[in-house]
Amino acid sequence: MISALIIVFREVIEAGLIVGIVLAATTGVPGRERAVSMGVLAGVLGAALVAAFAGELANLFQGSGQEFFNAGILLLAVAMLTWHNVWMASHGRQMARELKAAGHQVRTGERTLTALSIVVGVAVLREGAEVVLFLYGIAAQGGTSAAGMVAGGGLGLLGGAVISALMYFGLLTVPAGKLFQVTSWLITLLAAGMAAQAVLLLQNGGLLEIFTGTVWDTSWLIRDDSLAGKLLHTLIGYSEAPNGAQLIAYGATIVMILTLMRLVNAPAARVKHA
Amino acid sequence: MRRLVLALALVALPAASAAWAADAIEVHLKNHRFTPSVIKVKANKPSMIILHNDDSTADEFDSPSLKIEKVVPGRSKGNIRVRALAPGKYPFMGEFNASTAQGVVIAE
Repeated sequence: MISALIIVFREVIEAGLIVGIVLAATTGVPGRERAVSMGVLAGVLGAALVAAFAGELANLFQGSGQEFFNAGILLLAVAMLTWHNVWMASHGRQMARELKAAGHQVRTGERTLTALSIVVGVAVLREGAEVVLFLYGIAAQGGTSAAGMVAGGGLGLLGGAVISALMYFGLLTVPAGKLFQVTSWLITLLAAGMAAQAVLLLQNGGLLEIFTGTVWDTSWLIRDDSLAGKLLHTLIGYSEAPNGAQLIAYGATIVMILTLMRLVNAPAARVKHA
Repeated sequence: MRRLVLALALVALPAASAAWAADAIEVHLKNHRFTPSVIKVKANKPSMIILHNDDSTADEFDSPSLKIEKVVPGRSKGNIRVRALAPGKYPFMGEFNASTAQGVVIAE
């Protein structure tokens, strides 16, 4: 039971944090509960499918199917997060106004709900597939009783939900006028971390094998497999020993998102959208 | 741009695979134990581990120091590409059965 609890919790941390951030970024937006629930549901279904076809998936692309699939869905999430942030940059002020006016709904935010729903789905899918395979494994071995497994898995899921709630309510303490600014930054770093992870997966799959040398090593400070390491990995893309290509992807993603945000928020655009 | 990346990918893929395959090391996972559990590779040279999962259930080859997380389904095999490593020890484990599935890559 304990092993089920620990492994499920470890896997759901990432999805939990992302759900928390998405919920905060959509504060006041009508229909967001539905969008997030749909994302979670689609992610769970997708995870079951990926787990069922894990063997077939792994055999694609000369044994690198799993890596390329995960890199692909991560890059999809990066694109969706970018779109959300760019939309926010052109409508952020209006959204903050809508949010501050008590009782008002943030109608402007509805446009990017689908994008964020996809991000949630991808996060759940990635972590969920491993949870399904792992739980199926202990069920098949009969080492742990079914009840123990369900209890452990359930507690692990609960842990993930607590992480989501902490992230969400923590972010809600940010004043309404600043909330979207803070979530924009969080989403930018989230996207950069995902892009760096996607590059690593492509490298592990045998692609993009350039700048693979480790640039620095902070494993003495925070290890990747520690709880702090996992949290920081999701939030800001922390890696104990990033390589050159990962750092380039990380930096390039931040520059790309900030540039796009600036472009849509340029004076000309502001007049047009006012 | 995307098409260019795809084209590059298609060109690079077979070439990359050929380079890796030359150094392939066969490892078996049975009863949630790796054999061999100590894998020696040449330092500063990429290598490939072909992990045969002889168990009926999936496991995840996991190593933060190698920067690899790879699920290998039961009764299946997985190609694990190990980047060029500086001399040293790089522990790994089967995450789903970490109490027994432990091993180390030694680059020298």
